[in-house]
This record gives sequence, structure tokens and C-alpha cells, in this order.
Amino acid sequence: MCLGIPGKVLETYRENDVLMGKVDFSGIRKGVCLEHVPQARPGDYVLVHVGFALSVLDEEEAGRVFAFLKEMNQLEELKVPPP
Amino acid sequence: MKYVDEYRDGTAAEQLAGAIARSVTRPWTIMEVCGGQTHTIVKYGIDRVLPPQIELVHGPGCPVCVTSLEMIDRAHAIASRPDVVFCSFGDMLRVPGSRGDLLQVKSQGGDVRVVYSPLDAVNLAAAHPNRKVVFFAIGFETTAPPNAMAVWMARKRRLTNFSVLVSHVLVPPMITAILQAPGNRVQAFLGPGHVCTVMGCGEYEPIACRYRVPIVITGFEPLDLLEGVLRTVQQLEAGKAEVENPYARAVRPEGNPASRRLIEDVFEVCDRKWRGVGLIPKSGFKLRYEYRDHDAERIFEVDDIETHESSLCISGQVLKGLKKPHDCPAFGKQCTPQTPLGATMVSAEGACAAYFAYGRHLETNKSETRNPKSERNSKSELPMTETVRF
Repeated sequence: MCLGIPGKVLETYRENDVLMGKVDFSGIRKGVCLEHVPQARPGDYVLVHVGFALSVLDEEEAGRVFAFLKEMNQLEELKVPPP
Repeated sequence: MKYVDEYRDGTAAEQLAGAIARSVTRPWTIMEVCGGQTHTIVKYGIDRVLPPQIELVHGPGCPVCVTSLEMIDRAHAIASRPDVVFCSFGDMLRVPGSRGDLLQVKSQGGDVRVVYSPLDAVNLAAAHPNRKVVFFAIGFETTAPPNAMAVWMARKRRLTNFSVLVSHVLVPPMITAILQAPGNRVQAFLGPGHVCTVMGCGEYEPIACRYRVPIVITGFEPLDLLEGVLRTVQQLEAGKAEVENPYARAVRPEGNPASRRLIEDVFEVCDRKWRGVGLIPKSGFKLRYEYRDHDAERIFEVDDIETHESSLCISGQVLKGLKKPHDCPAFGKQCTPQTPLGATMVSAEGACAAYFAYGRHLETNKSETRNPKSERNSKSELPMTETVRF
């Protein structure tokens, strides 16, 4: 919950007047708020804290951080299904 | 260098460890602020590849661990109401309150749900207009933007059935309190990388300057931590006390300005009680008056809270860096991740859970067997008072 998880933006859309994106976390896809990274485009990688993107990362950094979090068993929160 | 092979880049790790060893001339005590950093340090044995003069002290940077018992009990009371859908991050469900945990509330019929994001709880409120959806908004500055966005969105969508039970905590007042505590022995900090992604580095400058402590913004991977330690030691040895940001690939000096504006709009700073530590003035966020219609603490008045902590648990001393997890007689015995007595055994970011996960409860005896630090530790317990005053 405290550590951001990198994911790849697949598409962007507006929902209830808020910028959102469909983000892929190595196979798990989630709706993520992109309101604070408006520069993010499909194909970009973003650092996501509990459904909210805080920064844009390059692909290499995103891959490394994701692999590290996997090794640390810190990806459990992604398995929680939407309500 | 037993654990160095496990790093993805063993050569770089060895070089950094060597540089640290060459830089050190005397003992230094360094606190890593963030629970995620503690987890990495214990998993990779980073504390054990450092020269014996350097002691890493685990900081109270785990929001699950420091959420006050009163707040946990308040959450239980609210979650037990038949008209409430209580939503939380998964870690909070197993945190022991005075009378059990949220999982027990759920097993007794409470509608308690784990959500991935506070924004999911907002959607739940929209889907169930006749239920009162409450989200347990805990965390450091990293979860403040998503929690603030949830409240902001709920107000914009006129979801009057959505509220948040806010128990946010802040890093800078916490490290200031540690530095002001009588007998403090922390001489430098590895700053919290992802917190600074949001807030930037600026608020650490006055602390470094006023208390003459190096603060090095540090990431969470083994090499990040070793580099953080190296930069910290180099400053200490040179008599410098600066904020340094070797984690620039993730942290900009100004943080994320849009997130900071949103936080400022929704939250205001308040005094906050930390579990095991006590009240730290101006160390938390609460909702601004303008958002009072979404404030669960106001909506659901819970007055009759009588807290009860386990008499065995020493998590308060662990959180303050006074003791290591395996100094606790209950560690790995009465207290395990399956039957936690204190919050530090629940969260993956809690020091006790990290020590347990990586087998340190199976090792011989007490924490300080590896080097002469033991004597130093036992002599200089940090007598942080129940209320840490500025």
C-alpha cells in the first residue's frame, strides 16, 4: 500500500470528469486515476499508489521496480478485485 | 558478504559495501524511515554486510503499525453498524484492536470489505446509495493524494453516503520528534523515497539544518539502500548535514505539485496520536471543514472507547528504535503473523513481520550478538516520552 507499483497505460478515458486510464500490471488490469499525470499516454509507464498514478517512469525503471516488488511479495494488493 | 550474491547486481553491491567500509572511521547510528526499506534491509541482510560501526535503526514508517489503538477501536465500532459498508486496505483487517480485529467484526456479520483503492470505495457508494460506505483512510503522504481524490470525487458526485475515517500521518514531524526526544541517538536518516515523490524534498531542509543531521532520500531496492548508507556516512564523516537526493530517478525536488495542491485542498494538518509512540503535534492530516459531510469521525460519533494493549507486546519500543523485534519475549512464540499481538507483526512493512518472514526468530538469542553495538544499545535506551513535545 505504501510502495508504488509500476504499470503500463493501455488507454486513457474520462470518467465522471476525471482522467482515468486502463493500466496493465503484468497481466492484471485496473482502472487508475491519471489526473495528476496528465502527460501519460498509452504505452507509457506510471507509478501507481492504490489506484492513483503519481509519476511517469521509463520502461527500464518500471520493469526493474516491478520485478523487485514481485520478489518482495509486494504485489498482493493488485489481486483484490474491484467491488 | 553472505547475502551479496542475492542482489541482482552483486558487483555493484559489493563495490558500495566496500566504499562504505572504507569511509567509516567511527560508530554511526542511521535510521531508515520507511517500513518498505526495513523489509528490504532484513530480507537481503543489508544490515549484516555493513561494517560493525554502522547501526541501522528501524523507524516507525509503517502506517498500519502506527494507526492508534483508539482509531482502530473506532473503526471496529463503525464497521459493526448494520447500516455501514466498511472498506479498508487488506493489511488493516488483522490489526489487533482492544477487542479483536476487523476480520472478527466481519465474521460477526459486519459488512467489511477489502478494496484495492479508495476510488473503488467511492464507486461502491455510488452503486449502493442506501448504504453508508466508509473508507478507512490511513497512510503516510503516499496515500494522501488517492484518499484526497476519493473525498473530492465523492463531493463532486454528491455521494452523501460516502465518508472517510481519516488517520493520516506525516513523516517530517515524526523524524523531528525522534530528534527532539531526550537521549536520541539517531544521527542521520535514510529519507522515504516514495513519500518524497509526492511531497518533494523541501520540507526536510529545515530539519537537516536545525538538527545538524544528514537526510538522504533513498529508494527501496538493495542498491538504493546501500547508496543511501554510503552518502549518509560520507556526510557524517565530513561533518555535513544536508538533504541529498540520489533517488532522483523517482523524486523531483518539488514532488508532484498537483498532488500537493489536492492534499492542501482536502486536508489540514492536525495533532495525531501514533500507536506505541504517543501524541506528536502537527503530525497528521484531518479533513478540512468544507469536507465535513464526508468525515466519518463526525458522522458516527463513537465516544465510549476504552483501549487495551497486550501487556506482552513491545511494539512501541520497536517503533521508536529502542528494541529489535527479537528482543521481545513473545516474538515468534505467542506473537506470529497468524496470531499478532501488535500491529508491527501484521503489516509486511512492520519490523516484527519482516524479522519473522526472514527467519530471524530462529536465530540464536537477542539482536545484538553480532558486534559490539550491543553494549552501546543497552546503555542508551531512548526514553521517548508518551507525548513528544516540540
